[in-house]
Amino acid sequence: MITQNVGGTVYGVILNDTVSLQKIGALDAPPYHGAPKAPALYIKPANTRVTSGASVTLPRGASTLEVGATLGLVIGRAAARLDAANALDAVCGVVLAADLSLPHASYYRPAIREKCFDGSLPIGEVLPLPDLSALVLTTEIDGKIVDQRSLAELIRKPAQLLADVSEFMTLAAGDVLLVGVRYQAPQAGKGSRVRISAAGIGSLEFSIAAEKDAANTGVKP
Amino acid sequence: MKRGRIAYQGAVHQVTQATDRRVRLADGRLLNESEVDWLPPVVPGTIFALGLNYADHARELAFKPPEVPLVFLKGPNTPIGHRAQTRRPADATYMHYECELAVVIGKTGYRVAKADALDLVAGYTVANDYAIRDYLENYYRPNLRVKNRDGCTPIGPWLVDRDDVPNPMALALTTRVNDVVTQQGTTADMIFDVATLIEYLSSFMTLNPGDIILTGTPEGLADVKAGDVVESEIEGICSLQSTIVDDRRFFANSEKREARAA
Repeated sequence: MITQNVGGTVYGVILNDTVSLQKIGALDAPPYHGAPKAPALYIKPANTRVTSGASVTLPRGASTLEVGATLGLVIGRAAARLDAANALDAVCGVVLAADLSLPHASYYRPAIREKCFDGSLPIGEVLPLPDLSALVLTTEIDGKIVDQRSLAELIRKPAQLLADVSEFMTLAAGDVLLVGVRYQAPQAGKGSRVRISAAGIGSLEFSIAAEKDAANTGVKP
Repeated sequence: MKRGRIAYQGAVHQVTQATDRRVRLADGRLLNESEVDWLPPVVPGTIFALGLNYADHARELAFKPPEVPLVFLKGPNTPIGHRAQTRRPADATYMHYECELAVVIGKTGYRVAKADALDLVAGYTVANDYAIRDYLENYYRPNLRVKNRDGCTPIGPWLVDRDDVPNPMALALTTRVNDVVTQQGTTADMIFDVATLIEYLSSFMTLNPGDIILTGTPEGLADVKAGDVVESEIEGICSLQSTIVDDRRFFANSEKREARAA
């Protein structure tokens, strides 16, 4: 398989771990009217991607960002209607990612303003596919561990998630499927340095900066 | 000027509109529009779509009009060209079209003022933002399983230059299913107009050339079935045709198992 860089579309999923489901509480009431059946997906568009070492600018009016530590499956070939039994054959590697959001407690409406601001997806380099069954992701803010999560807590395991997502949408080589973020993940504020790591595979770092001045705004020629 | 993209004889071509339902290749060849494979008129960047952006449609769905734009995103798996097929899954009971004015971004912009917003626009085309309501769930609604299916967003055939559309906010929209008019509206009824949408989106994210904003649809939704030919037309822009097919026909030659029900 050809080694693939992240060049396509990044998809993510919410409420895919037992801790998040417990934290959000009962889902039978409005607006949800029941727990999700299909994977509850979102898109991180191209403007959100930045590399490790980036300085991410806080959106106007924001004082903190939720740091959703996650792992992305990098797709190595066109993938549609996969079976879970061999879905990981379509994966050529993984990336560590920090899905940054403005804090939002409700998952009812698409969170475009909250999740798609410039720089809201620091993403690492493509790493070989490790054993995902009990991989632990650690989030550190200013050198202090604020969260540790094991992929063992995932409800849809990576292979099943790929199968369920590729049932209705074809993933292309270079696309990334993030395997899930915590509901109400830890928050980091202006000046914070954030590090996300997975033992044995690598780490991703970025910092958070105050809002830019107005110099870079308007229509570019 | 109207520009399109086609595949013909093993190559992708940018074409312009000639007379007599013909398209003109850059080398001067003229082809009947029915003998080419139509592609989306631009290679899409980020695709934005609007929910409930016409008050009558919001009422039709029993929603209050939104106070901020209800925006969702689509991936590159969804757009397909003019005269293509869109699959209606076997378990769907309500699949509807949505005729929408599509705005194609031509420049890079961040925090663009409303007064400057149309400077960012390359042109306009027509999209049909199909939805399968059976799959609606209340998480990031409308969810991707409803709106981000392969080939569920026909778009094109023509990208019309911005300057050839003096007022994008006064265009008639029409959907015909098998030649019967089922949806009629006007872009004048948008809740958030094109300039407001550009100002809003660019207030928190950089818009880039090739990004596309589907601006929502007026009332007049109806279920479409396999075999239906759906025509989405916007005055002064173009008319987009799409055909609904069922799983049996769509997967007639598939090596993979029958589509799963779930």
